[in-house]
Amino acid sequence: MIRVLAIATTEFRILRRNRWLLTATGLLSVFALALTLSGATNSGALGVDLLTVSVASMTTLAVYLVPLVALLMSFETIAGDAERGSLALVLTYPVSRSALLAGKFLAHLSGLTIAVITGFGLAGLLAFALGGAGMASALALARLMLGAVLLGSAFIAIGYVVSAFSGSVAAAAGGAGFVWLVLVVLYDLVLLALVIWDDGGVFSRQVFPWVLAANPADALRLFSVTASAEQALVTGMGAAAAVLPRWTALASLLIWPVLGLLLARVAFARRVP
Amino acid sequence: MADRPVLDAVGLTRQFAGAHGVRDVSLQVHAGERVALLGHNGAGKSTLMKAVLGLLPIDSGTVSIAGQPLGTVAARVAVAYLPEAVSFHPALTGREQIRLFARLAGVKTGDGDALLENVGLADAADRRIGTYSKGMRQRLGMAQVFLGKPMLALLDEPTSGLDPMARHDLYALIDSLAAGGTGVVIASHALTEIEARTDRIAILRHGQMVADASLKELFARAAMPIHIRVKAKHDAAALFDRFGGRRINGAQVEFAVTQDQKLARLAEVIAMGAQVADVEIIPSSLEDLYRHYSGQEERA
Repeated sequence: MIRVLAIATTEFRILRRNRWLLTATGLLSVFALALTLSGATNSGALGVDLLTVSVASMTTLAVYLVPLVALLMSFETIAGDAERGSLALVLTYPVSRSALLAGKFLAHLSGLTIAVITGFGLAGLLAFALGGAGMASALALARLMLGAVLLGSAFIAIGYVVSAFSGSVAAAAGGAGFVWLVLVVLYDLVLLALVIWDDGGVFSRQVFPWVLAANPADALRLFSVTASAEQALVTGMGAAAAVLPRWTALASLLIWPVLGLLLARVAFARRVP
Repeated sequence: MADRPVLDAVGLTRQFAGAHGVRDVSLQVHAGERVALLGHNGAGKSTLMKAVLGLLPIDSGTVSIAGQPLGTVAARVAVAYLPEAVSFHPALTGREQIRLFARLAGVKTGDGDALLENVGLADAADRRIGTYSKGMRQRLGMAQVFLGKPMLALLDEPTSGLDPMARHDLYALIDSLAAGGTGVVIASHALTEIEARTDRIAILRHGQMVADASLKELFARAAMPIHIRVKAKHDAAALFDRFGGRRINGAQVEFAVTQDQKLARLAEVIAMGAQVADVEIIPSSLEDLYRHYSGQEERA
């Protein structure tokens, strides 16, 4: 445990020094505040408070940005250590690969959590200051933060998988970009195409919601909207969410980090430094 | 107990699909001994080290470190390693890096600070590693080798790419490591330094150990010829007719003799009297010896 903490503090220090923590927090904050401010002009039209609209926009933002930030934090770590020669060195110390991975995960998860809570929290404070926040929308925001952290931890773990399989940092960067593109962008496009092609058939009504929930990024959308009728209204995700049991999205968000870490552990074990 | 080797590898085999493996290699290292591990690139030096460190699974053979079987925590605690051309995360300072290693090794972080001083990095301890020169990075790598007083240290090309001063400093550190009772294995190409700095030489060729003895023994066993170079006063033709060998720029002749012929041939040279202007005896160098063992083709 002491060794896990030693690795975690070192990795967190690296995160701070190479400015990823600052970049991630800044990026999320700027977008969240901008979305909240722009929401201030049209929230009245839907008859819900500002923060409700803002959480809906921020959910869409989080689906793209949080996986990106998570992958950027994690893709370098194993391939980079291997390239520098320090991976072989660390592994000759009495520290297991699991402990090494756990330490890195702890650091990267802390970094991501700080970025998410700061960014979305500032947006919540702004909405509150503008008088557009209530109990329900505050809960929705908290739900978004939790979902975003879970989504991020899944992609941190996926970043490790990519890193463990990559021979170099450059290859890991390419791999991380590819994974982001496939899971976050192309996945949705393919589903959209299938739904249009199916034209309201069995796939659209029975299969599609489950396939949607299976992707962690889309699971965040579902998780965020199942909170309230208002959220469903402003995001337009209500139809898919209605088919699924309430636990589905959260289950997907909880399973992915665990699955990702297990995969990362297996991939890391195969790697000869 | 003093005789029990800190490294005892017997019949170690690790083959790859391509080349670069090791086959049936045995190596013993005792406490305080400095062993040079020589061989061409791809002869298996790094493979042997990584196998002993437990970084590479081995196909067959047994390895024990300070009496502990390979792969146990006790074996990992007893061994230290310096990878070839290691570099650390550029964003960390030297002190942060050595303290991390101290915690991983389970020793006090203060030990790490003291080691930075020992290797001459006290002034640079709080600077980022990204600003370090290659020699400084190598000294930082050397500092972590000392952590926790290992029984065995494996150093992979510790001096490659360093200037002569930095090399000298590094060898001084290696000497103090061995003086403290650590068995040290040094994989290297820098032959001339090895000559003075090691107790024993092991040579790998195509993944097999072809020599493992003290320098003196290796020379004796190789029965390397000694060269005698004779300079003629006027014309080297007479000398060349007499001794054979090869002519060097008209006035000199160089020929090879074995150890037991040496004195007899020298007497002959001196008997030539006025014809000889000068005579030089050239003993075989470590480089010749290395070439003898690592270059010879399999004859038998």
